[in-house]
Amino acid sequence: MKLLDCPDIGKRPISEFDYLGEIRIPPSDADEATWADYVFNRDNAPGVLRERWYHRPTGRWFILERNTLTDEVVGLVDPADVRYKEPNYEVPA
Amino acid sequence: MPWRLLKFGLQSEHNEPRFFPESKPLKSHYDVVIIGGGGHGMACAYYLAKEHGITNVAVLEQGYIGGGNTGRNTTIVRSNYLTPEGVKFYDTSVKLFEDLADDFDLNIFYSTRGHFTLAHTDSALRTMRWRAEVNKHQGIDSEVVGREEIAKEVPYMDLDCNGHAPVMGALYHAPGSVARHDAVAWGYARGAYNRGVEIHQKTRVTAIRTQGDKVVGVDTDRGQISCNKVISMVAGSTPRITEMLGIRTPIEIFPLQACVSEPVKPFMDTIVVSGSLHVYVSQSSRGELVMGASVDPSVLHSTRSSFDFVEGLADQMLDLFPFMSRMKVMRQWAGMSDITPDFAPIMGKTPIDGFYLDAGWGTWGFKATPVSGKTMAWTVANDKTHELIEPFRLSRFADFDLVGEKGAASVGH
Ligand SMILES: Cc1cc2nc3c(=O)[nH]c(=O)nc-3n(C[C@H](O)[C@H](O)[C@H](O)COP(=O)(O)OP(=O)(O)OC[C@H]3O[C@@H](n4cnc5c(N)ncnc54)[C@H](O)[C@@H]3O)c2cc1C
Repeated sequence: MKLLDCPDIGKRPISEFDYLGEIRIPPSDADEATWADYVFNRDNAPGVLRERWYHRPTGRWFILERNTLTDEVVGLVDPADVRYKEPNYEVPA
Repeated sequence: MPWRLLKFGLQSEHNEPRFFPESKPLKSHYDVVIIGGGGHGMACAYYLAKEHGITNVAVLEQGYIGGGNTGRNTTIVRSNYLTPEGVKFYDTSVKLFEDLADDFDLNIFYSTRGHFTLAHTDSALRTMRWRAEVNKHQGIDSEVVGREEIAKEVPYMDLDCNGHAPVMGALYHAPGSVARHDAVAWGYARGAYNRGVEIHQKTRVTAIRTQGDKVVGVDTDRGQISCNKVISMVAGSTPRITEMLGIRTPIEIFPLQACVSEPVKPFMDTIVVSGSLHVYVSQSSRGELVMGASVDPSVLHSTRSSFDFVEGLADQMLDLFPFMSRMKVMRQWAGMSDITPDFAPIMGKTPIDGFYLDAGWGTWGFKATPVSGKTMAWTVANDKTHELIEPFRLSRFADFDLVGEKGAASVGH
């Protein structure tokens, strides 16, 4: 059985986790094409991704760096590393 | 046929002709290069030659023909999709499939079985009704059926799922079929080869050369080729090809796994899918149960199969078919599925002149093999998107004009 390291309680079966996909930073001030690119497109070739995971039994969210070619976890990412400034959206009049 | 088979069996030497000979050296120029010798690449080459007279074509395959997802799929062919665009497209494919054996003069073991998509909840049943109405409107044989009909057609199934998730009804699609995947790829390959197309196995494309925004050739591990048009038909390897040209797509690669049981006497002549339990099963002509589930949970560019898959599958399958607890799994494997956000393919022209894309086939592209080959060949020959695939253009994402096929494609394949 494949195990994943939960930051709180250690190795648990992969079936206890939800995968929320790659973390990406939204554009702050962009036209429609840039938004569409952000919403849909992905850097989809093999490589190391920062991804959000959720451990259901403990309710713990966390971020892992994982190699999508070998499935090896590279390490835990500090959420501060992926923090971005809230975009300053203009509300149309 | 049986007589020929008997004679063949009694011969001590078997000199059946090869479908196509070993590759020759690459030429320096082709009018069209197709990357990927799966079903799609072979079908496209076949229709380019047969319907458009374009024969200076090379199909470049890094491994062997059909060794990608084509040879790994569970071969369900159906057209009971959710969107009118999808239904029209897949229905054209089903009709092409029905005539393929004659076209090829080759038995592709096309077997019409009837396809049940079980509903275990009210909301699932509602989606089935919706699908049935969309299907009927397009002239597709599709209807919602009750428990009694299911029980009659699918023996040995526990309709109460051991009390966990009782089956309430199903979407029934009489034309639902299975076929021999290799035969489809080989039949197209032989037909293309006989019309002058070159097929090069063990030939990997490593770069696509452009001048300005125009394709001028490809680099391979066997040397350079110049060409005017390149079609990428590489399913799970699509990101590596689009990366060569800086084309961005929403495709993400998830492994999809399947397995077969030991062979048993024929007892099930239908295809059974449960979206809620995430499993499906049919019985092959050899008696094996061919079983699959939904994609693995996270992105991965790998064809490694896992114990978690068989364990998870068995857990759900035994609710439906308790007797399977005594059966053995014979083989399991995985393919790389190129999944799109709307579960519809990406087909046609791209921002690069002369570069055409046929991708986003995820878990559902085998059934589209004939129609993709045909419409992509038309698109390339006319340099204009065929109307059947217009809804599947890459630019739909920039236009926020998605196709919304998830409800009918995510587990059903
Ligand atoms: C387990 C599983 C079950 C499935 N079940 C079903 C089903 O029941 N019904 C259904 O309709 N669909 C199903 N599918 C989906 C279906 O298999 C695929 O969508 C379809 O086979 C794609 O065909 P293709 O010809 O486009 O790609 P492939 O058959 O994958 O062919 C692509 C080829 O491109 C080659 N290639 C890649 N990169 C390069 C390069 N750089 N140079 C040269 N060659 C290259 C590869 O080696 C490969 O042979 C399933 C898939 C899987 C994995």
